Amino acid sequence: MASKTVNPTRMELTRLKKKLVTAMRGHKLLKDKRDELMRQFLDLVRENKELREKVEKGIHSANKNFVLARASMSDQILNTALLAPKQEVTVEVSTKNIMSVDIPVMNWNTRTPDPNDIYSYGFAFTSADLDDAVKSLADILPDMLHLAECEKSCQLMAVEIEKTRRRVNALEHVVIPETQAGIKYITMKLDENERSTQIRLMKVKDMMLKEAHGY
Amino acid sequence: MYRIAVIGDKDSIYGFSALGLEVIDFDMEDNPSEKFKDLCNSNYAAIYVTEALAQNLEREINHFKEQIMPAIILIPGIKNNTGIGITNVKKSVEQAVGSDIIFND
Repeated sequence: MASKTVNPTRMELTRLKKKLVTAMRGHKLLKDKRDELMRQFLDLVRENKELREKVEKGIHSANKNFVLARASMSDQILNTALLAPKQEVTVEVSTKNIMSVDIPVMNWNTRTPDPNDIYSYGFAFTSADLDDAVKSLADILPDMLHLAECEKSCQLMAVEIEKTRRRVNALEHVVIPETQAGIKYITMKLDENERSTQIRLMKVKDMMLKEAHGY
Repeated sequence: MYRIAVIGDKDSIYGFSALGLEVIDFDMEDNPSEKFKDLCNSNYAAIYVTEALAQNLEREINHFKEQIMPAIILIPGIKNNTGIGITNVKKSVEQAVGSDIIFND
């Protein structure tokens, strides 16, 4: 396959040898990158799984409370109660570099430090189920934010691992074997040329000796 | 300074407004994908989407998967839960490793 395109010259041979060295080094580096990414990814994805199970369970139980709360209150009262929230969550996002993958690091702040500010209503007209529901949701909020960070990192790393794996495989199974085949082909061809030149010279020498001395 | 949004049907998400997250109701939306794209391009670090709504926005969600922001996280709502949130985690394991080695126990 490679022999069709490769030009059997010494210059080409030097070029291919250099290419092989680079490919080998790149392959080794990328393989190390893949292994390290994979190690970190597996830790992260285990954490992601646990967090997600926890958050989904928390939201399910909160939703039950919310359904109860909605059933025992009119829409108007509910809308008024939640119309003007006291609390506000803001997030500072910085990035962290893991093996050339930028993953987000989120630091979240609430506008007021008081944990009771999640109740944005007077307790006179709302049902106690709403308080429970809001409380149960507030309890899982830190986990939810952590989940956002963790899951996003997992997605980004998965994409990068896939790319790196493809590169490693392409180098290992295509580029390196082809270059090696090319080098082998050129070496053989050059050796063959050298041998045929040698033989031609010997033949010419024989012919000349025969002519001169009648051997 | 970024904010956090929760989108989906009203019944599933209205409680989040008490916590100070931004609640955006997609119940009556004619063109959810346009609105969702607008949201993604605004100032949100994370957008929580209910699983029921995520079914209609699959293409858009995948589009933002490789971008660092916003993080689009699926959460269960009160109805039509498909379990797609945990399936997506499985999928990313499959994408990275080649086969699912975390969830098959």
